[in-house]
Amino acid sequence: MSLKLENIKWDLSDENGVSKEIIKDISLEFGDGKLVVVTGPNGGGKTTLAKLIAGVVTPSSGKILLKKNDSYEDITNVDITERARSGIAYAFQQPVRFKGLTVRNLLETAAGRPMNKGELCNLLGKVGLCAEEYIDREMNTSLSGGESKRIEIATVLAREAEISVFDEPEAGIDLWSFTKLVEAFEEIREMRKGTLIIISHQERIISIADDIVVIAGGQIRDFGPRDKILPTLLSDEKTVRCPIKAKKGV
Amino acid sequence: MNFITSDLIKSVSDFGDLTEIQDSAYNIREDGKCAARKSTENIKIENKTDNPGIVITVKPGTKGEKVYIPACVTHGSFDDLVYNDFIIGEGADVTVIAGCGVHTADDGLAGHNGIHRFTLEKDAKVVYVEKHLGTGKGKGIKKIDPVTDIILKENSSLTMDTIQLGGVDVSTRKTYAVLEKDAKLLVRERIMTDGVEKARTDFDVILKGEGSGADLVSRSVARGNSHQEFYSKIVGRVRCTGHSECDAILAENGTVTASPSLEASHVDAELIHEAAIGKIAGEQILKLRTLGLTEEEAEQKIIDGFLQ
Repeated sequence: MSLKLENIKWDLSDENGVSKEIIKDISLEFGDGKLVVVTGPNGGGKTTLAKLIAGVVTPSSGKILLKKNDSYEDITNVDITERARSGIAYAFQQPVRFKGLTVRNLLETAAGRPMNKGELCNLLGKVGLCAEEYIDREMNTSLSGGESKRIEIATVLAREAEISVFDEPEAGIDLWSFTKLVEAFEEIREMRKGTLIIISHQERIISIADDIVVIAGGQIRDFGPRDKILPTLLSDEKTVRCPIKAKKGV
Repeated sequence: MNFITSDLIKSVSDFGDLTEIQDSAYNIREDGKCAARKSTENIKIENKTDNPGIVITVKPGTKGEKVYIPACVTHGSFDDLVYNDFIIGEGADVTVIAGCGVHTADDGLAGHNGIHRFTLEKDAKVVYVEKHLGTGKGKGIKKIDPVTDIILKENSSLTMDTIQLGGVDVSTRKTYAVLEKDAKLLVRERIMTDGVEKARTDFDVILKGEGSGADLVSRSVARGNSHQEFYSKIVGRVRCTGHSECDAILAENGTVTASPSLEASHVDAELIHEAAIGKIAGEQILKLRTLGLTEEEAEQKIIDGFLQ
């Protein structure tokens, strides 16, 4: 299954009703079974793009198409639930906390079935957590930021979806767990279990990509195979000079 | 036992028939009368002599035993009143399962007023599980008003796990406790109301022994046009710790009032109260929808988890 974006635009209105274009006419195809890293400077529209794919926000114009068995299905106006059921999974950048729901509850909801301890152990192991310690813990504020982030990622891995979107999975994760996570992404890619779309600034993740998309200012600055894009990644970046220092001639 | 009692007991006491609890002590109360009773070597159940009800005496040192005391009202126009006294001997460690179900198929009120008095001797431990349920399509009011009166002697502890499963039109739960040196009280309360149901909870805890501690956590969901009130008072007279927490989810037109009160009369009394009332957070629904649940399924999952 692959995903195609056609002329996607998305506007955000401020409190005065003034509209600002956050995503400016993006067209892109995420190939079947590929690991695509979306990168670029902060504020460039990467998270919005992820939300558009997951159905959390709806584009102002343009189309989102899902390719199944050589035919395209228009899912632009399909709601979040139906989009999830059609095979799209989404890991939030900021994990959501729940009073009462345990890690097991959440993972089983994601998998859509009861899971045995071995399966839970395998799943949590991929994000560097020991199932024994975590499955009965509540998904509440007693978990640290890093712990909840890893569980968030595990909920998406549990879905074994055709298309999985991860929004900055590296944020808040320690180096050791991060290595395990990169291995999990590589494993999914090698087994061709699904398409991975990973929003990331992390070199390790960028270096395992099949394709790289560079988003800046709401537009695609570059898109192509890793070997082509990686060497040029920072070539267009300019350091913004401090206007005060510039004025003083420093 | 009639079939309504059997059905209610399955829901509130987690056993299907008496053979499942044949090794435990039990007393089944049906419409104000004793339907079945058994004592064991270590747990004796006898009638009270001054009031309707029973005295449950647990021998000192008894470990790991359970005692079941479900009470059911199976028809309208009956408001049961019962006094149950628990005397838990020194060093004993037991579980008390005290479910209550009220059922009415007519216009008459079906009520149960259970006055439970616990005295835990030194070093005793009790887990007290209490489930309440109202059933029946009659228009009669289904009412459960439990009172739990607790005396915790030195280094004893009581864990009270109480849940109102639904269908109870009116309930007032009162819990009084006095804690002596190093005694501990842990309460986990969960209440679900819907329609026009009303539920009120009152906690009144006095920490009078050095090193004593109380932790009261109430989670509730008020749906439909139901209303809940939460009152808690923790008094710390010595070096002690007290914590109460009221978390409530509102759905539709449900309303909740939380009125916590803390009274510290010692410089080393550490008392805390937390309260949070509000609807389900939109991002929680959103997250569960990204896992494939509908909005309604997500809401139910969140409520079930909150009350589990």
